[in-house]
Amino acid sequence: MSRSLVNWFKYASPASFYPLAGRMIPYFAAAAAVLGLAGLWIGLLVAPTDAQQGEGYRIIFVHVPASWMSMFVYCVMAFWSALGLAFKTRLSGMMTAALAPTGALFAFLSLWTGALWGKPMWGAWWVWDARLTSQLILFFLYLGFIALQSSIDDPRRADKAGALLALVGVINVPIIYFSVQWWNTLHQGASVSMTKAPSMAHTMLAGMLLMALAFWAYTIAVALARVRCIMLERELSSEWVKRNATE
Amino acid sequence: MQWNSFSDFVQMGGYAFYVWGSFGACALGMLLELWLLKRRRQTILTRLSGQEHLQ
Repeated sequence: MSRSLVNWFKYASPASFYPLAGRMIPYFAAAAAVLGLAGLWIGLLVAPTDAQQGEGYRIIFVHVPASWMSMFVYCVMAFWSALGLAFKTRLSGMMTAALAPTGALFAFLSLWTGALWGKPMWGAWWVWDARLTSQLILFFLYLGFIALQSSIDDPRRADKAGALLALVGVINVPIIYFSVQWWNTLHQGASVSMTKAPSMAHTMLAGMLLMALAFWAYTIAVALARVRCIMLERELSSEWVKRNATE
Repeated sequence: MQWNSFSDFVQMGGYAFYVWGSFGACALGMLLELWLLKRRRQTILTRLSGQEHLQ
């Protein structure tokens, strides 16, 4: 077995991951603050007015990052779930559970900012179009995951049930992403994609990417802080908790 | 800089309600999450220090 693999499994145990996570949190929190301030500066003060949507388009600087993160976090949860089902590592289930509330928050913010953008531009807070509906389903999948986990007392069984839901539900993520191509939606197509040059001004793009990176760093910091709480809650009586809790 | 005055900035070209409603909700949501997380950690640390007293 290679050395890196051994190290990897060492950190898969809560006792050694807990202090490591604690050391990483300040860096991600600082990155989130710096990137967020830079993103807000560019998005609200530097980026030019949009030719069609005036200043209303500035919602993009929170709407797109929140939507991306809501989809990305669900994929990460599915990844941890697959790992947990395959290797039965305790950390996997804890990571999945730690990510779910943040993913749910971003899914909600995506819908909320979307409604506030839809009203002035389309004249409707909500339409049952493929993009909006599949995003609403993502929000319900997060809520379902949280409800399912909290309804099962035994953490091992809760993790297993949650992992199955996360894995089945991940089908929805490509549906959200490609919905604007597959169906005739009111929602506009992607402004940024992997196949063609972005259809927006450079400063707009820079602001959006900075905000996306800020949300990404925020998510990592919050998920690490939450996984530490979950570790303590689940392993209250173990020796390492008594040693580490005060750090 | 895109704005001639602070009130221009606040009015967001007539979209103030929608733009600030979006940015505000995001700020509020994240602050709420951070506060809940802090409270969760505080609760568990209190329980842990309670355990120590019993021993």
